Amino acid sequence: MSGLIDLSLVQAVQALRKGDISSRLLIEAYLERINQLDAKLHAFLAIAPEKALAQAEAADRRLQAWRRHPEEPLPALLGIPVAVKDVLCVAGMPCTCGSRILEEFYPPFHATVVERLLSAGAIILGKTNTDEFAMGSSTENSAYGVTHNPWDLERVPGGSSGGSAAAVAARLALVALGTDTGGSVRQPASFCGVTGIKPTYGRVSRYGLVAYGSSLDVVGVLGRDVQDVASVFSQIAGYDTKDATTLDLPVPGMNVGEQADLSGLRVGVPEEYFIPGMQAEVEEVVRQAIHMLEKLGAQLKPVSMPHTRYALPVYYIVAPAEASANLARYDGIRYGPRVPAQTLWGVFRQTRGQKFGPEVKRRIMLGTYALSAGYYEAYYGQAQKVRTLIKQDFDAAFKDVDVIAAPVAPTTAFKIGGHGDDPLSMYLEDVFTLPANLAGVPGLAFPVGFDQQGLPVGMQLMGPHFREELLFRTAFTYQRATEWHKNTPEMVA
Amino acid sequence: MHDFEAVIGVEVHAELETQSKMFCSCQVLDVTRAEPNTAVCPVCTGMPGVLPVVNRLAVEYALRVALALQCQVAPVSVFARKNYFYPDLPKGYQISQYEYPLARHGRLLILTTTGERAIGIRRVHLEEDTGKLTHVNQEGQTYSLVDLNRAGIPLLEIVTEPDLQTAEEVRAYAVALRSVLRYLGVNSGDMQKGVLRIEPNISVRRQGSQEFGTRVEIKNLNSFRALERSVAYEIQRQIETLQNGGRIIQETLGWDEGRGVTVTQRVKEQEDDYRYFPEPDLPPLTIEPVWIEQIRQGMPELPVAKYQRFQQQYGLGPYDAEVLTAEKEVADYFEQVLAAAPQASPKVVANWITGELFGLLNQAGQDIATVQISPQALGELIQLVVRAEINQNSAKLVLEEMFTSGEPAARIVVARNLTQISDPDQIADLVSQVLRDNPTQVEAYLGGKEPVLKWLFGRVMQAARGRANPQVIQGELERQLAEMKQG
Ligand SMILES: [Zn+2]
Repeated sequence: MSGLIDLSLVQAVQALRKGDISSRLLIEAYLERINQLDAKLHAFLAIAPEKALAQAEAADRRLQAWRRHPEEPLPALLGIPVAVKDVLCVAGMPCTCGSRILEEFYPPFHATVVERLLSAGAIILGKTNTDEFAMGSSTENSAYGVTHNPWDLERVPGGSSGGSAAAVAARLALVALGTDTGGSVRQPASFCGVTGIKPTYGRVSRYGLVAYGSSLDVVGVLGRDVQDVASVFSQIAGYDTKDATTLDLPVPGMNVGEQADLSGLRVGVPEEYFIPGMQAEVEEVVRQAIHMLEKLGAQLKPVSMPHTRYALPVYYIVAPAEASANLARYDGIRYGPRVPAQTLWGVFRQTRGQKFGPEVKRRIMLGTYALSAGYYEAYYGQAQKVRTLIKQDFDAAFKDVDVIAAPVAPTTAFKIGGHGDDPLSMYLEDVFTLPANLAGVPGLAFPVGFDQQGLPVGMQLMGPHFREELLFRTAFTYQRATEWHKNTPEMVA
Repeated sequence: MHDFEAVIGVEVHAELETQSKMFCSCQVLDVTRAEPNTAVCPVCTGMPGVLPVVNRLAVEYALRVALALQCQVAPVSVFARKNYFYPDLPKGYQISQYEYPLARHGRLLILTTTGERAIGIRRVHLEEDTGKLTHVNQEGQTYSLVDLNRAGIPLLEIVTEPDLQTAEEVRAYAVALRSVLRYLGVNSGDMQKGVLRIEPNISVRRQGSQEFGTRVEIKNLNSFRALERSVAYEIQRQIETLQNGGRIIQETLGWDEGRGVTVTQRVKEQEDDYRYFPEPDLPPLTIEPVWIEQIRQGMPELPVAKYQRFQQQYGLGPYDAEVLTAEKEVADYFEQVLAAAPQASPKVVANWITGELFGLLNQAGQDIATVQISPQALGELIQLVVRAEINQNSAKLVLEEMFTSGEPAARIVVARNLTQISDPDQIADLVSQVLRDNPTQVEAYLGGKEPVLKWLFGRVMQAARGRANPQVIQGELERQLAEMKQG
């Protein structure tokens, strides 16, 4: 059994095609892992074993037929087990968004990314835990309990895609979908020692992603290495008629293997991403990784991103403002639980009052305030202006360099409850990931070492809009030369 | 009271009668008839995770209106979220336009008893309609039913400058705008069904004052009559209130048709805060000049242009021109009849339509779209009159029969033996017979009682069972009487 879960996605696809393994056995192996370990991790909010097994058998039949006619095309991810963050709609499965207000909500449609995964032959094992409505950096804001970090069960997996990151790291899923509004794919990837892409805004459809901050939300992928991530990315990316913010651009093939080294690549290193107060080991490990890129042939260049420090305040105006509107629809009338009351307005008040968690309420209030008459210009209007300046930092930098390398988070995974009741100190966790969301550029996080406590440290590469393949190529070259991504937590060995 | 003047602006919401809704592919239905919640989907019911996609046809319809109102179309406009919480609004916000509307700075010419006047159009923007609530009070239980068939139907908001001053002008504006919308084929103009909602806002001030008074808004007006009466009432009420030392409060009013008074619906303590912000789910709406040009090419002749052309080309007076051009169908009908009756003057054709045909339509409660008489058929009938094959009286009878049976005029004339008698010999015989039979009257006429001639004329026509050519009768009567006088 353990052999099956050791296969990467790329290896599993090959083995399935050759007939060395069956999808049924592969799915069983992962379901077995979930059975054994998820009580400790709580990465999943829902699993769908019967459906997954039935799909696996169908995939095996198709693979058998294909082996007799190998000239026929085969879906790229046929028989591959994936996990899906619980803010993405899968018809027939609950979608709670980690919130009581959507308890037992069954969406009647698939998110576009789910539809694309399924038509690529992937098999959905279940839905993974998340901070409520993706608002958080630790999964501690989930109404259904925290997810534990596979590297240290007393620590958070990061968030908000913490369930997906923990599932991939602990091999409860081969790959997983996450979402990234302010770092929610990259930061948990970093905390759990896996690879995660936040694509360009507009590259992947948001249809069926339950909205948090609509101008920032992006669907991403978490996997064991960059090849796995790129394989899934290329299946879900691309224009969608149901999402007017997607762009009709070709999704380039991820020919990650063709480049021998990084010669000719200009890597920007922004000093604004190395700040006093960050964990010293994180800085050290990331600088070593950047040095490694240089050894692999890249040319390092300092770049200046002077507006980086405004990303945090800008984000905490823009995202809550959008959230305050996005979350207005939850009134207990058409879906989700309803708290009875004497009057209609009482139903609204009681339902929202009792079923939203404190962080969600905090952000709804922040956003409502920022948009209010008399405050709009000072807050939302000003934030939009500064957001433009942050974008211009990236535009200017990408005139001189091809990619930017930086830490993902100022620390490694922190203890559950470590930020106590201090939301502001928690917000600082996202300080290095927010700018890419505000600028809409792609970011790729991958493991580049460990701190002294044995916790993974991640680095992120950021690139120009729609140049994900640059990030994949660079990280692939790095991963081919290093072993960091192959490390696994004890519970895997 | 003569030293007060009213300042009135009008806000119109017109549903765009496209096939599908503004942001999803649900069908646009007649919501007054359809079974509730049958044209709904995850998008227009505001399910978690859905996204809007702009209906291009709705934009095209909106552009037609903007061009017809001579607006400046913005090359880039922006959708915005208008946030408010109400059970008929599934998302908790309405997608509308705010800071950057589709079009601005237009004008519309209106016709009133005092002449023509251009009313400024401040802005035209696109948004989505809300659902409909039905409040039920049954067996002591009160509850509200929500129908989301209407939620997401494209809605065009058209706002005037505060250019209007009288109730008559407000009505004239509404009539002119409805006419434009119907000409463009974007809205049926049915106020009863609520697809066209006209909401005037009214304040009064001392004449010559530059400041605006406190304004009120009147909503839920479902006819032009209600619109005009409510505005007239409200102007009067405000003036009297101020004259009596009272104060106008900012409020939304309804109209009580029965009592003929406005009634408070909602008092606005302060301006509502809708917390508008740009809709992040939709990129800015870019209108390429090529598209505008295409739409401009395809624009029909609009009511005002037609009104002016009808006067110039056909020599019609302003009244006929206005009546004939208010509805495109009527104007088209007129021109088709005219083509089918080349010997008739436009004025004669206009009279047949606005007089006889409209009379029949009114009695039957029908309109021109459903009439059984084709323009060609009416043209043929008028030709028969012009060529003196039947007389005017017979022609009216024939028209009535055409209206109910749909038969062509020629067949009815034959079947009912209505062909006009113009043969001078035949008429001379009838005249001499009548003169012979009525010696007293002839005597009176010859003695100077001229009006008796009319009576004699009637006798002759009667003898001809209404079919005789009146000019020939007249001539023959005068000739024979003159002979008798001399003789
Ligand atoms: Zn719909």
